[in-house]
Amino acid sequence: MNIIVCMKQVIDLEQIRIKPNTREPVTKGLPLLFGDFEKCALEEAVRIQEKHGGKVTALAVGSPKLKDTIKEALAIGADEAIILTDPMFNDSDAMGSARVIAKAIHKIGEYDLILLGDSSADEYSGEIPPRIAELLDLPQVGFARELEILEGNDQGTNTKTIRAVRDLEDALEVVELDLPAVVGVTSELNTPRLAPLSAILKAGRKPLNEWGPEDIGITADEVGANASVVEVLSNLAPVQDRKEIIYEDVEEGVAEVVKALLQEGVLTQ
Amino acid sequence: MNGIVVYSELEETALGLLTKGRELASELNKPLSVALLGEQAGDRAENTFGYGATQAFIADSPALTPFQASTYAAALKQIMTHAEADIILIGSTRRGRELAPRLAQKLSAGCVTDAISLSVEDNRLIVERRALGGNTVSAKVITSQQQVVAVMPKLYDAEPMTGGAGEVIPVSLELQGPTTKVLERRPKEVGIGNLEEADVLVCIGRGLNDKGDLSLIQPLVDSVGGMLGCTRPISHEYHWLTEDQMVGLSGKESSPNLYLAIGISGQIQHTVGVMNAKVIVAINNDKNAPIFKIADYGIVGDLYQVVPKLTEKLQSEFGQ
Repeated sequence: MNIIVCMKQVIDLEQIRIKPNTREPVTKGLPLLFGDFEKCALEEAVRIQEKHGGKVTALAVGSPKLKDTIKEALAIGADEAIILTDPMFNDSDAMGSARVIAKAIHKIGEYDLILLGDSSADEYSGEIPPRIAELLDLPQVGFARELEILEGNDQGTNTKTIRAVRDLEDALEVVELDLPAVVGVTSELNTPRLAPLSAILKAGRKPLNEWGPEDIGITADEVGANASVVEVLSNLAPVQDRKEIIYEDVEEGVAEVVKALLQEGVLTQ
Repeated sequence: MNGIVVYSELEETALGLLTKGRELASELNKPLSVALLGEQAGDRAENTFGYGATQAFIADSPALTPFQASTYAAALKQIMTHAEADIILIGSTRRGRELAPRLAQKLSAGCVTDAISLSVEDNRLIVERRALGGNTVSAKVITSQQQVVAVMPKLYDAEPMTGGAGEVIPVSLELQGPTTKVLERRPKEVGIGNLEEADVLVCIGRGLNDKGDLSLIQPLVDSVGGMLGCTRPISHEYHWLTEDQMVGLSGKESSPNLYLAIGISGQIQHTVGVMNAKVIVAINNDKNAPIFKIADYGIVGDLYQVVPKLTEKLQSEFGQ
């Protein structure tokens, strides 16, 4: 089982500050890390490898800081990492990023399964899994919260299928499909391990490859700001005009809050 | 290409999108149509005309069962060609979220999922969605020839119009059968119903120590005639409440008159689900908790002390 795990480094969302006068987010200089969904995808890949053998490759597109961020993936258990940090890829929209990832996967060539977070922690758009599945002409499953690999034999040929539990709004749907496939996972899938110190130290010795546009055969009309077909007009924190009346004395707080709620008319007697 | 197509596997969502679509269609000067897939698509067509569709493209094929995103994307691409449509509005359900980007990629088009607002400015469709983990709202315009927009499924209510008539157009689709097999469908455990429609919403977070302590919270919920929700860990890690009670970016959004946060630190992934509450009250033992920054009223204190006192006070006010 050769598994490719696609990962995205995102800024630490809990450290975002909002400029009070302009409502713009301040994101500069914040630490970059992998989201929970991605870590679950990697954890699952490592577990599948432990059971079925094969190789786990972590693949990521992003800023040059990936050279550091990706080490966590290698420490957790990826055998190899491929990062794509060329400035040509900057400011890509989802279609541009999907093209880079799909072309890199195509270059890797041998794979049975592509795992990734169903959505990234920052945008939560969920566009990448379906888009790369379409570009690679593969079936997809999203919102997977349980996975099982089934290896069989059909008249002398080895068969590999995946059984996934898809988390819908009102039901869990158990589906089965032949590999290769693209599977987007949620954080219910597993509890990602923390890399032990020895693994962190060893991570530096695992292969870390950097691929540029020529390596994957992509040109500037397919990726980056110029190829983007989604224009962002604004990105601002919504206006929050809250009273922020905080009581540190419990007795006073209870009395005053109940009084205020009656005055606000949100509770009726 | 000039037209808007609406599609959702949920009838109510499709009718809500048609209701909003009427306004957009008139402002953008485009015809509005609906795509209906699967068995009895024809039976559902007539009703859509009362919500603004002037054409209903109906299609059925054995390849549409069970759901496979690639097949549905192919079907909708063919319908968009028939309709000569440049915009498609899809309900951003879990199915819709798997489908919309796949369709967009088939069309080499831009896509926005989980849209929370649609409007027209300078003859362009402006789509808003949350960004940066809910910290911000970004306004976007799709500039590709075709546009795929997945809209939050309960964003627009379905409102019938007076009159309304249209044409039913059967489409024969060329589809490859799905390779995905559905082995089983297990209905999820249902909690206490539509948190989206709560007048008063009480949510608990990690401040609660034990599932048994829910017995402390329930009388408070009852005293204000509220509904009980929670943050992600409570439902998805501890399983103290059902998953449909989770409020936040990947769960329910609600606009109650009163939102009461108990033992919730106030991470944006949760609070984004209640930002539109009229009044926010928070109880937390950490006075620096971010929840107090978005609260109208707050009580700093141990919830195990505050909640019984608050419940008693509310019960005496409301005589329950």
